[in-house]
Amino acid sequence: MSTASKGFNWIKAAPWLYTAALFILWEGAARGFNLPQYILPAPTVIAQAIVQYWSAIWKNSLQTLYTTLAGFLLAVVGGLALGILVGWSRFIYAGLYPLMVGFNAIPKVALVPVLVIWFGIGTVPAILTAFLIAFFPIVVNVATGLATIEPEVEDVLRALGAKKMDIMLKVGIPRSMPYFFGSLKVAITLAFVGSVISETVAANSGLGHMMLGAQSQFNVPLVFAGLVMLAIEGIVMYAIMAWIEMRMTGWAHRSQTMAA
Amino acid sequence: MQPLVTIDKVEMRYGGEDGLLAVRDLSLSVAKGEFAAVVGPSGCGKSTLMKLVTGLYIPQQGVVTVAGSRVTKPVSIVGMAFQNPTMLPWRTTLDNILLPLEVVDRHRRRLRANKAEYVAKAEALLETVGLKGFGQKFPWQLSGGMQQRASLCRALIHEPDLLMLDEPFGALDSFTREELWCIIRDLHAAQGVTIVLVTHDLREAVFLADRIFVMSSRPGRIIEERAIPFARPRDLEIMYEPAFTDVVHELRGSIADARKAA
Repeated sequence: MSTASKGFNWIKAAPWLYTAALFILWEGAARGFNLPQYILPAPTVIAQAIVQYWSAIWKNSLQTLYTTLAGFLLAVVGGLALGILVGWSRFIYAGLYPLMVGFNAIPKVALVPVLVIWFGIGTVPAILTAFLIAFFPIVVNVATGLATIEPEVEDVLRALGAKKMDIMLKVGIPRSMPYFFGSLKVAITLAFVGSVISETVAANSGLGHMMLGAQSQFNVPLVFAGLVMLAIEGIVMYAIMAWIEMRMTGWAHRSQTMAA
Repeated sequence: MQPLVTIDKVEMRYGGEDGLLAVRDLSLSVAKGEFAAVVGPSGCGKSTLMKLVTGLYIPQQGVVTVAGSRVTKPVSIVGMAFQNPTMLPWRTTLDNILLPLEVVDRHRRRLRANKAEYVAKAEALLETVGLKGFGQKFPWQLSGGMQQRASLCRALIHEPDLLMLDEPFGALDSFTREELWCIIRDLHAAQGVTIVLVTHDLREAVFLADRIFVMSSRPGRIIEERAIPFARPRDLEIMYEPAFTDVVHELRGSIADARKAA
């Protein structure tokens, strides 16, 4: 609270100050070392490119956002369902866990050609790549939450005649919610990785496709413009997920709220 | 008085034929309305005893009987409280206390229609343990002692015939512990519930119980049974009388022997 009494909240301002500092350093380096635009364009040049190509950037950003969100939503539904299934029974857990680890170890970029064979070039492989890459952390987190029920709570309820279903509904699933909402932040960032990977390999639109085209024409400022847009979309979605996490599971963050 | 709980020559082994033998030749009986305490060296199978009586474990040999019928599955007429209050942090204290009602068959059907009646009952219980008006707080907003009181309310909400307490005061400071001793003493007097208290605190056991069972070290069995004659209601002052101290001292001797024998 000492920051508030001084009139200016440095903590609140810190993200903006650091971001501004990064861009100023970047601008200074690009100008000072006289770097050519096709190596590292200065932020002002990138800003010009964003303005100049705005309609294309906007259209492709929306496409990437759409495939990312679609894949992410599939991952949420699928990850939650599979996580509960895996957390439900030790038998399913023991059987599926090595399979999932193995599957997760496969670089998803290697799957894009397969997806293209199945579904053709375009939106569907991007959505599916985003889904495949984002759903593993959700499964693992939900299953962890279910697996760490305090044995005493389980005893209290089982002694009263509770069925497995009761324990899951009353204790297991609410308990795993902080893990689930926490994993959404990881999953949404991974979903962006997945959709952009797929767009750079096989697509007609999206930021990945746009950047690939710009690169082949040596339009490096436009490549960086795409990167900036990706970063912005990533930050916004991450912030939304963090906000949802706070709203839904405030009880799990009690130490922070108590301290505040 | 007829016994509410009898354990007859029970043997319980964990993890199959060659597993750890937790209790052997364990026999005891607790009368209806009685306050029994079980004391013993650590690792003597006190918690196993809890789980046998509540039907969470079924013994390989011997018979456990609760309220006249042999225990073959969890018995819903018991309430349990542990050293760790295990309140669910996403529920208010009141909703935590109501949790058993959502599980026990005969209550869960009536719960929705008769919510107000049950809430009133929970609030009355909160008042008896000195937590009036704390129902809407979340458990993590309460101190350790207050959480433990709420956990007692949760154990009592479905009007169990038998209350099983597994070192419920172990993690509390000594003043809070004395306060809760008095609360338990008064609850026992007022509600006529049968209580089995598992503890390693001998003063606690002698202050609260009508009868004390001393368990041997693993594999656990009862090596001494002792009636505590002090008149009720007992005042905390009793703990400073020579007669009280003598009982505690003798029990301490028995447990020391049990440990040496191990």
